[in-house]
Amino acid sequence: MASIDRTKGQDIFNIFNMIFMVALMLVTLYPLLYVVFASFSDAGRFLAHSGMLWHPLGFSGLAYERAFQHPSIVSGYLNTIFIVVIGTILSVMVTAIGAYFLSRKNVLLQRPIAFLIMFTMFFSGGLIPTYFVVKNFLGGVLYDSLWALIVPTMVSTYNLVVMRSGFAAIPDSLEESARIDGAGHLTILFKIVLPLAKATVAVIVLYYGVAYWNAWFNASIYINDNAKYPLQLVLRQILLINDTNNMTFGVDAGDQMAISETIKYAVIVIATLPILCVYPFLQKYFVKGVMIGAVKG
Amino acid sequence: MATQAVHDAAKSSKLSSAGKILASDLRRNYSLYLLMIPVFLFYFLFMYRPMYGAIIAFKDFNPADGIWGSPFVGLDNFRKFWDSMYRNRVFFNTLKISFSTLIFGFPAPIILALLINELRSKIFTKSVQTITYLPHFISLVVVCGMIKDFTTETGIINDIIKVFGGTPTTMLNNPRYFVPIYVISDIWQGIGWGSIIYLAALSGIDAELYEAARIDGAGRWRQTLSITIPSIIPTIITMLLLRVGQMMNIGYEKIILLYNPLTYESADVISSFVYREGLQNFQYSYSTAVGLLNSLINFVLVFGANILSRKFNDTSLW
Repeated sequence: MASIDRTKGQDIFNIFNMIFMVALMLVTLYPLLYVVFASFSDAGRFLAHSGMLWHPLGFSGLAYERAFQHPSIVSGYLNTIFIVVIGTILSVMVTAIGAYFLSRKNVLLQRPIAFLIMFTMFFSGGLIPTYFVVKNFLGGVLYDSLWALIVPTMVSTYNLVVMRSGFAAIPDSLEESARIDGAGHLTILFKIVLPLAKATVAVIVLYYGVAYWNAWFNASIYINDNAKYPLQLVLRQILLINDTNNMTFGVDAGDQMAISETIKYAVIVIATLPILCVYPFLQKYFVKGVMIGAVKG
Repeated sequence: MATQAVHDAAKSSKLSSAGKILASDLRRNYSLYLLMIPVFLFYFLFMYRPMYGAIIAFKDFNPADGIWGSPFVGLDNFRKFWDSMYRNRVFFNTLKISFSTLIFGFPAPIILALLINELRSKIFTKSVQTITYLPHFISLVVVCGMIKDFTTETGIINDIIKVFGGTPTTMLNNPRYFVPIYVISDIWQGIGWGSIIYLAALSGIDAELYEAARIDGAGRWRQTLSITIPSIIPTIITMLLLRVGQMMNIGYEKIILLYNPLTYESADVISSFVYREGLQNFQYSYSTAVGLLNSLINFVLVFGANILSRKFNDTSLW
């Protein structure tokens, strides 16, 4: 078939399409490669260099050594791991409970409660009132605590809606028979519904995990103590507020500027590599997540 | 008189029967409601309490006096914003950035999906997808850090500009470059990820349609125009409406990572203005008023977009 309706115009189109795609891949990847090359470059040579970079200039691990000396990189990593792990577990559990409730049948107050939950997707009190609620919460227990980065953002209504539609697809008969055997709601939720909605749960876990990993703004308004900064806020200090002093001590003034450039690139690699390593394996779940969200979003 | 009494009796019996239904529902489902307590608490404490707190927009809020104790000032805070020189600037910038991302950023993933759909090699398709999805997983702080480094006077973008005879400048300090930088980086981040939804729509097209068109002698271009594009129009419209609903809702995160006082004139949007006035200049009531105004506009836009979306095809948020 294909050979019959092939024309010269199509061949030309196919060639241009391929070229365009290769160019697109280059444009997407090159900034990342540049960062990697720069991070391994010799600081002095990199500073003197101008233009594109196709390989590291010389080879030096000094920038990485220096980056790991930054006290906040290590503590930031640990704080972020805590937030991602604990935050994701709590978020998924609470979201699952909400989704379970909303997917039940014959619950009288379900509609008004669903309305109140959905309403928050369209209207919110805004930044400042939320700030005061979190700051003054129970006499200020959240302020300057890592919990301020978990508790106030625990449930994403969007994720809740996605999870509900995942739960709603489970046939009632399974839960019915469990109930006849005397199972309570908690048992049904954790032993039947969650295992059956595994694909949806995986997607929600990833969504929450990535959101906690990327979050920096709340930390910038609720956290004062440097030791409690999550990784992204430390990155902001280093990359956007240009604070590399912590890592350049013992280097003489002339080299300081040079090394602080390569340190920045090393920091980017350190902070991004873990995500990029796991991404190819999780890609299909993320893609699935877009589909599930699209059906209901 | 008599009819009134009958009416009242009917009403009260209706009420008491409603009460009975509620009581029996609570008895039957009490464990389910108990289970929901964490969810109720979350929404009450972190969603509805701030909505109550938003009344400081109508007060001269002072944290020491609390929300209730602060003096009521009516619409003064709104008036202050209306009369200020910032009103036009932040509204105009919000619209400008919204429209620019809409015009350039919205069609990009559609075009990419159509082009990917024409690729014949499976491995090639897979690599294009994997690579173009990648930037979606790089954190915003890192993306902005890269933008900042690449656009400095000695950064790689200026190195390239120099080759073509331009003069290098620190681009993030120039208000003229802010919107292009914002939009281009947005496309870089989102083009691949955004194409997923359209690829899904494309893969759902019935292959028999193409078969029939081929028998009728339609070439690939004709097939694209008459089958492919019309088939994904519903998806495009839905996505477009969702986008329009978010029109006035430019987030502050990327803006405040990239802007600085030199570029406020073209970069400062409503949400970043609220952030700065509220949390950096401590104008709590004033910034809450501006935020509330923005929330109301958003509410109307999202609501409208949803109604339209439901009209065009059966997709809506609820």
